[in-house]
Amino acid sequence: MPESIITQYKKISWKKYLIISSLFFCLFFAFIISLCSGSSYISPSEVIKILISKESEFDIIIWEIRLPRVLTAIFAGAGLAIAGAITQVALRNPLASPFTLGISSAAGFGAALAIVLGAGKFIQSYLGGIIVFSYLPLIISAFFFSIVVIIVIIFLAKIKGATPETIILTGIAMSFLFSAATSFIQYFGTTEQVASIVFWLFGSLSKASWIGFWIIFFTFLIISIPIYKWSYHYNALLIDDEIAKNLGVNPEKLRLISMILSSLITAIIISFLGVIGFICLVSPHIARMIIGSDNRYLFPTSILVGANILVFSDIISRIILSPIVLPVGIITSFLGVPVLLYLLIKRKKHWY
Amino acid sequence: MKGLKIENLSFNYGKRKILENINLEVPEGRIFCLLGPNGVGKSTLLKCIAGILKPNNGRIILNGKDLKKINLNELSKLIGYVPQNVRPIFSTTVFETILTSRIPYINWNPSKIDLEKTEYIIKKLGLEELAFRYVNEISGGEWQKVLIAMALVKEPILLLLDEPTSNLDLKYQVYVMKIIHEFVRSKNLIAIFTTHDINLALKFSDILVLMKNGRIYAIGEPCSILNEKIIQEVYDIKVKIIQYDNSIFVTTESLAF
Repeated sequence: MPESIITQYKKISWKKYLIISSLFFCLFFAFIISLCSGSSYISPSEVIKILISKESEFDIIIWEIRLPRVLTAIFAGAGLAIAGAITQVALRNPLASPFTLGISSAAGFGAALAIVLGAGKFIQSYLGGIIVFSYLPLIISAFFFSIVVIIVIIFLAKIKGATPETIILTGIAMSFLFSAATSFIQYFGTTEQVASIVFWLFGSLSKASWIGFWIIFFTFLIISIPIYKWSYHYNALLIDDEIAKNLGVNPEKLRLISMILSSLITAIIISFLGVIGFICLVSPHIARMIIGSDNRYLFPTSILVGANILVFSDIISRIILSPIVLPVGIITSFLGVPVLLYLLIKRKKHWY
Repeated sequence: MKGLKIENLSFNYGKRKILENINLEVPEGRIFCLLGPNGVGKSTLLKCIAGILKPNNGRIILNGKDLKKINLNELSKLIGYVPQNVRPIFSTTVFETILTSRIPYINWNPSKIDLEKTEYIIKKLGLEELAFRYVNEISGGEWQKVLIAMALVKEPILLLLDEPTSNLDLKYQVYVMKIIHEFVRSKNLIAIFTTHDINLALKFSDILVLMKNGRIYAIGEPCSILNEKIIQEVYDIKVKIIQYDNSIFVTTESLAF
């Protein structure tokens, strides 16, 4: 007698849970490696000892520098990935991401404005790069302009209806507007200011701090609980608006809420770290490739893929040109582009 | 009071009137067919009943309950709607897609009952072989079956189907209509479907509703209301009605122009 359909479904689900757990272990592995590597190597056993008992000559390096950095990397990667996943699903568009909605341009403009107005203090670092101190006004300004974009999108969606087309076109318009505004500021800025704007635009985990981590962590938690609860609602939204409506889901409302949630987490992450490209676009695609499009599994997988990519990229950024630490945004794009091209070439019909 | 009752329903897109003063009563266990030319408001009427569009006027009463006063989730349990021409961009498997349709019953995770109902409907519609295939790898006819399965898996009391047989070959047309027939009769459902195929309407509906210019033009049992005159009035084309084997068939008069 052939297996019942439910048994088969359960088997497939178990396989998916297995994949999710292995990604989790992979992330744990990356977490430890990340704590070990850097300008001074610390052995894994030493790292674990420090994490448990805190007593070691390296405890400051681990607790004050590397731990906030790697934890920020995990949750920033996770947050960007979930933002990308819900944006793609809600807009039914494989190329959509919070960046398409103009969030990054707006945040970039906010940061640039703050820098030019003298909110950030800069010094020349010993390796020739520029380090920006006094981030707070910069973060607030970047976040403020990201919110402006969200409000414009909500406003237009209210007038014209929250269809994918309206939201994407509004996003593209915002994106161009703020890019132009940033260029305008750079044109009139001093060399130092322009350099620090460029530096900020390349997202970097050197900016990680405990405060930043906690804010990103809590935002991530708060947004991912409803998203996970609604994973079947997102499945319905994936098929069609009318079907979603017939299933008791208000498609326009869910789409708008999704845009707000994904913009919010993206805005917070890039306000703290700068623009980290490609994770929000690529992670959901990689996840879809390994686990399918059922959002119940796609969301957690995207989160883990995103976290893994950012932590590994961060490790690479620290060791590839050591002692120079490259901005991680550059590495994610370098890693992300080949993966995306590979996906485009190898794509199977059911991915998207 | 069992059944569906539509009272004075009107719907406009801006100033354009689409539906005007529709009154209709559909008892349990019956299949009604909406027939009429393109743009006459058949789909709009289905969408109004399904709660997808909000009518400007009028009431829709299902088993004595005014649908306006029911929340979205409860409404979803009562009404199964099959839209026309949908195809998802990101695709899930047939099983996952049909399970998704249990949304009104799912809280955090699908329960054992949700899985069982999904399995039952898959078997009932002969989709076992396709259960774990991705929905954009299956044929148009198979996808139509999935859509109907999605409507049925919720165990609704009202079934609304917007051209369920368009894009289907002859075998699937008959198959799909037979499934609908079987469910309506055995579970005492109320069903309304639209079609452009007059012969299909004749064969599979209990009551025909002929529509013209956003109004109901004629209503009655298929064989008794359809005649050459009324079809010409509604469709503005000359047809011939042929009697054969106790049923009637409609054909256009001649191919010569």
